[in-house]
Amino acid sequence: MDGVAQWFLWLHQAHGANFTIFYDAFDSARFLRGIGTTIRLAVVSIVASILVGILGAWLQSHPSRTVRWPVTTYIQFFRNTPPLVQMYFFYFALGPALGTALGSSTPPLGNFAWAVIALSFYGAAFNIEIFRAGLEAVPRATLEAAESMGLSPRQVFLHVVFPLALRFSLPALTSNVINLAKTTSLAYAIAVPETLFVANQIWSDSINVLEMMVSLLIVYNLMVGVIVAAAHWLERRLRMPGYIQ
Amino acid sequence: MEWTADQPIIRVREVHKSFGKVEVLRGVSFDVMKGEVVCIIGPSGSGKSTLLRLINALVSVDSGSVQVAGVEVHDLKLDKIALRGKVGMVFQQYNLFPHMTVMQNLMLGPLCVLKKPQAEAESHARRLLARVRLEAKADAYPGQLSGGQQQRVAIARALMMDPDVILFDEVTAALDPEMVKEVLVTIRELAQDGMTCLIVTHEMGFARGIASVVLFTDHGIIVERGKPQEIFDSPSDARTREFLSQILH
Amino acid sequence: MKDFGRIPAWGVAAVGVGAVLFISVAHAMATAATDQLGIWQQVWGWTPLILFGPPGVLGGMTLNILISFLAMVIGTMTGVLLGILQLAPAQIVRRTAWGMTQFFRNSPWLVLLFFAMLLLPFELRFGGLRVPVPDWLKATLGLALPVMANLSEVTRGAIRSIPEGQWESCEALGLTRFQTYSRVILPQCVKRMMPPWMNWYALLTMATPLVSIVGVSDAVALTRDALAASGRSDLLIPMYLWLLLWFGLYCYPIALWTQRMERRFAVIS
Repeated sequence: MDGVAQWFLWLHQAHGANFTIFYDAFDSARFLRGIGTTIRLAVVSIVASILVGILGAWLQSHPSRTVRWPVTTYIQFFRNTPPLVQMYFFYFALGPALGTALGSSTPPLGNFAWAVIALSFYGAAFNIEIFRAGLEAVPRATLEAAESMGLSPRQVFLHVVFPLALRFSLPALTSNVINLAKTTSLAYAIAVPETLFVANQIWSDSINVLEMMVSLLIVYNLMVGVIVAAAHWLERRLRMPGYIQ
Repeated sequence: MEWTADQPIIRVREVHKSFGKVEVLRGVSFDVMKGEVVCIIGPSGSGKSTLLRLINALVSVDSGSVQVAGVEVHDLKLDKIALRGKVGMVFQQYNLFPHMTVMQNLMLGPLCVLKKPQAEAESHARRLLARVRLEAKADAYPGQLSGGQQQRVAIARALMMDPDVILFDEVTAALDPEMVKEVLVTIRELAQDGMTCLIVTHEMGFARGIASVVLFTDHGIIVERGKPQEIFDSPSDARTREFLSQILH
Repeated sequence: MKDFGRIPAWGVAAVGVGAVLFISVAHAMATAATDQLGIWQQVWGWTPLILFGPPGVLGGMTLNILISFLAMVIGTMTGVLLGILQLAPAQIVRRTAWGMTQFFRNSPWLVLLFFAMLLLPFELRFGGLRVPVPDWLKATLGLALPVMANLSEVTRGAIRSIPEGQWESCEALGLTRFQTYSRVILPQCVKRMMPPWMNWYALLTMATPLVSIVGVSDAVALTRDALAASGRSDLLIPMYLWLLLWFGLYCYPIALWTQRMERRFAVIS
């Protein structure tokens, strides 16, 4: 690591390109902490949005309208309003209200938690549609074939419906996961110390806006690259050779 | 009711079935004896596919009765799983599970439903694959097989459950012409080995050659029933004649 | 779009939001001091400011919409061009265009916004002339970047979906690449690009509140300013819901229209 730091120090002195995150211990540490926060935000929100998405997709297939209405309203609300305003609503409006309701003067949940809540609900609204489309893409004849073999409804779901719906949903789900990872940057607005926030602190201190911008863009591109690689790996593991829908 | 071989293995009495406002079956009755090969022909929308689906309880009757081997199919206490062990079905398309290999497709039923041990299911599967001449494709995925090969695997998969009856729902209708024959040959061999078959088909030549009984349905009722020669050579009902004249030209 | 019997889904959504608003307003009213302005009056009082900005100044929701229009126009022109370049004959052009597309697609919109705000000049000089570049214009350019990247992908997909036979016929007739694009390929692409294009417009509009973070006085910034000025916590929920409702009123019809277009296009193809 010392060699890298030396090189960037030289770069700053010789050419004025000031990448403090590579040679300054303090900046480097807080930048990495920021990236860690972004990764934590992303992972928790993605997992939560998938779980809520599965729940929502299941509720949306319920025969009763009184079960389906709230889910549809929820989806339309979160898909057609700005995610930033949603986050403000959760943190600035619901947070204090929750605090008063519970009788404490400070809101019970911190900004990281509210960011996760906001992002999860936002992501889940899209996931519900994605999972529903995946479920509907399972051909009816395939379902009937499974039933005709004597499989119980639980077995049909476990061995046929779920594996197929998962494979059909994967491309759109990947796209949404990538989007959610990028949307974590909105947490900046409620002072969560994620990558963008930390980068802002660094460029305010070290006056290296351009260098931090470049670093930021590269970091996010790398993150997305990792997700894409993971998605490709998953798609290859779950491949259905020769299948044309 | 104990079922013995002198009684019909399938008994359908005065069955009515509607989907919403459309009455698809309007009082259908017929018997099938063990070992018979029954071919059901008729125009689209005449209720043929629905009729098959009543027999293995994929669809429920509105009124009337369907009995398989003495067991009332629309009995609410019916053990559907036991019924489907007796009645196998092969569909027109999307039969096989595309995320499983051929072997996994074949073994799913015996493993999950019949709770057979792995080794027994596997050897049974290989025997049946050999019977439909597809041993080489054991580890292939359905997407890598032709339509005709997929249907032969589907037939083998139905046989894995040791059924008493197999239902065939227009199994060659979605195939390219050159693949139709291989499937029909497989069904013919099955019938000649004594399997009771209910076949909905458009292949009149095949029906004529293999059937012991032919049923002609139109608008939800059985218009005519008889031996193939009777139906194809000298149909008594005008509707049968009109249908056949359009199909066979 | 799902309808519940004869009631359109937007009606249900509006009723739902209205109900939540009503309940929170009623609750707040029940607990509010009598000498303060009622919640509803307060919210209504601020609405013109939030929608139109301070008098004589460009701001509020109209600024959001203006930014969305402008960014969409710029993003469309550059994005379609970039998409065409992704399919250029020269490999270096293709690679560069692809690289730019992926780079700006993978970057968060807020980061690109900062990028534009901080690195674009605050004024332009032409000889002796000094033209100030207002903040909202820089923000517009910042938002145009991801739009450009995503429309580049949409364009590329649309062009590739035109059957090979079309290209071959044009070549057989002796048309130049430019003529092929302008007379045959692109006109056919327009229809199939409409649904995703509308979808990106809706997403862009829902991204315009980001400009409030970088100091532009849009609807969200003005709402927050008003809330801070009043210092009343009972207005928090109603005002944010009000904001969400107004954005929803603009974006939801766009979503419905997009779905209708998708269905119509699917039927034709």
